[in-house]
Amino acid sequence: MSLVLENLYYTKTHEWIRVEEDIGIVGITDFAQKELQDIVYFGIDESIIKKELKAGEKFGYVEAVKTAADLYLPVSGEVLEINKELISNPAIANQDPYGKGWILKIKIKDKEELKSLLNSEDYKKHIGE
Amino acid sequence: MLEKLLKEYSKRGKFNDYLGEIDVEKKDIEKIIPQNLLRKDFEFIEVSEIEVIRHFIRLSNLNYHLDKGIYPLGSCTMKHNPKVNEEVSSYEGFIFLHPLQKEEDIQGALKLMYELIYFLKEISGMDYVSLQPPAGASGELTSMLVIKKYFMDKKEDRKIVLIPDSAHGTNPASVTMAGFICQTIKSNSEGMVDLDDLKKNLSEQVACLMITNPNTLGIFEKNIKIIIEELHRYGALVYLDGANLNAYCGIHRPGDVGVDIMHFNLHKTFSTPHGGGGPGAGPVGAKSFLVPYLPNPKIEKEGERYYFKYDKESIGKTASFYGNFNVFIKAYTYLRMNGIKGLKKMSQIAVLNANYLRKRLEEIGFSCEYKTSTLHEFVLTLKDFKRKDIRALDIAKRLLDYDCHAPTIYFPLIVPEAFMIEPTETEPKEELDRFISVMKKIKEEIEENPNLVKEAPHNTPVKRLDEGKAGRELVVKWD
Ligand SMILES: Cc1ncc(COP(=O)(O)O)c(C=O)c1O
Repeated sequence: MSLVLENLYYTKTHEWIRVEEDIGIVGITDFAQKELQDIVYFGIDESIIKKELKAGEKFGYVEAVKTAADLYLPVSGEVLEINKELISNPAIANQDPYGKGWILKIKIKDKEELKSLLNSEDYKKHIGE
Repeated sequence: MLEKLLKEYSKRGKFNDYLGEIDVEKKDIEKIIPQNLLRKDFEFIEVSEIEVIRHFIRLSNLNYHLDKGIYPLGSCTMKHNPKVNEEVSSYEGFIFLHPLQKEEDIQGALKLMYELIYFLKEISGMDYVSLQPPAGASGELTSMLVIKKYFMDKKEDRKIVLIPDSAHGTNPASVTMAGFICQTIKSNSEGMVDLDDLKKNLSEQVACLMITNPNTLGIFEKNIKIIIEELHRYGALVYLDGANLNAYCGIHRPGDVGVDIMHFNLHKTFSTPHGGGGPGAGPVGAKSFLVPYLPNPKIEKEGERYYFKYDKESIGKTASFYGNFNVFIKAYTYLRMNGIKGLKKMSQIAVLNANYLRKRLEEIGFSCEYKTSTLHEFVLTLKDFKRKDIRALDIAKRLLDYDCHAPTIYFPLIVPEAFMIEPTETEPKEELDRFISVMKKIKEEIEENPNLVKEAPHNTPVKRLDEGKAGRELVVKWD
């Protein structure tokens, strides 16, 4: 069983977003890290900092031992920060996907967009657990 | 440490008695060679013959290889490499050749290459073949560069290459390296190219489609002719990844259905050691309008004389000299021994073996994600075992305990918990049956004692390696 936290929003592509006022913290889910297995690299270009990205836009990729997957932004917003610790030690996304393993922080542009994301119940159904 | 380095067995003064006394004058090396060219930190390894032999025998025993048992590594065609290939490729006439020798001194080598090209042309239905690229992936890149140059000369700006989502990872890598942009084409529920998705993505911007047939699921693209017609309608080309040629030698010719350019993996289909066992060769075959663009030099014949031909349209070289010549000798030997009839039988048995294995594994409860019938390989999905917290990786590791090489896992990406099996034609039925009984045993273990599988391997020289760490902290140098 994968851990699904109640207070987060989820995408079908297995990203989560935690909302703190108008800041959104984005990462990949416990289900995603289990599927990927050993994560070796996050390919996220620093040039996205301060850029406005749209909901569903690809912002980088994650590489694991056996596979790689693209990363998509749950809602539109300006990228504020990339988790430097995660870039230098990608394995923390395996160990603590909802905590230390966060990927980036954004300034949410339109909170209405959150409504189109999955809540924890929907996400559990989506992954069949 | 499982086996020490040879250096660690070394001891000053160890020697082989039968060598006898030195009977030439000893010279002081310090006097013959200038000081600045002398290495002070260098020590010759001194070991006896028996120590050297034992060292290498011990190493080969630690390893699992084709000479020990089944090696069903999907997409890699790990067939038995006849030992006669090794003998022929060690003939003095071959091993003492130098690539800088003049044409007239190496007529035999040119003849071998010329005839090998002829065989590959006959097998594929292409108009000419360049033997130069040293691996399949290199053949892909060569082909992409050829296509790029072709459209440059036609002054057509085409940037997109279409690739089915079942493709091997080297395909998009080659496309990107050549400066094209990849566009993924979806597979349909039968595991074949989705024609609607293909049509949706077709435009005058498309340079080519890279297609693998049979695809990496082992499924023959039954719409291949329609697919090729669609691309040609837009002036785009079709590239075939020939990694799976073992499925249809002497039965189907890609050139006949309209493929414009393709690569061969001599090391797979035509039995030369690969996967740590030696270098490869990834020749590229093309239709006449693309031939001038192939790497230089080409091998041609005039009367009884063989010569190198240089085309000014060529993309240049994609390997030093003429490619991996030693591999050509082995593939040539294999082709001459089999003849076209033998090659057809080779493919038929490869398909038969794979289908026997698939059927028997399905009978004991394993299943394929796509139910479509398959040729020389098939891909199981092991997703059912997730309920016991067992993954494809665990089952692959457990197979090692039973002296079986594991199949390819987690590829193609469209199959969850993929387990890709290619037995090849050289595996005897008894060995296939042994593999089946091992798979049955592991299935029982998963139900009764899943930890045994989860913690596998138990009997190998090393247990699970930390692949994640190896990827994150890549060290490629010995200190
Ligand atoms: C389908 C497919 N295409 C291309 C390649 C690349 O060939 P090579 O390993 O000779 O570079 C492979 C290799 O395994 C393959 O399976």
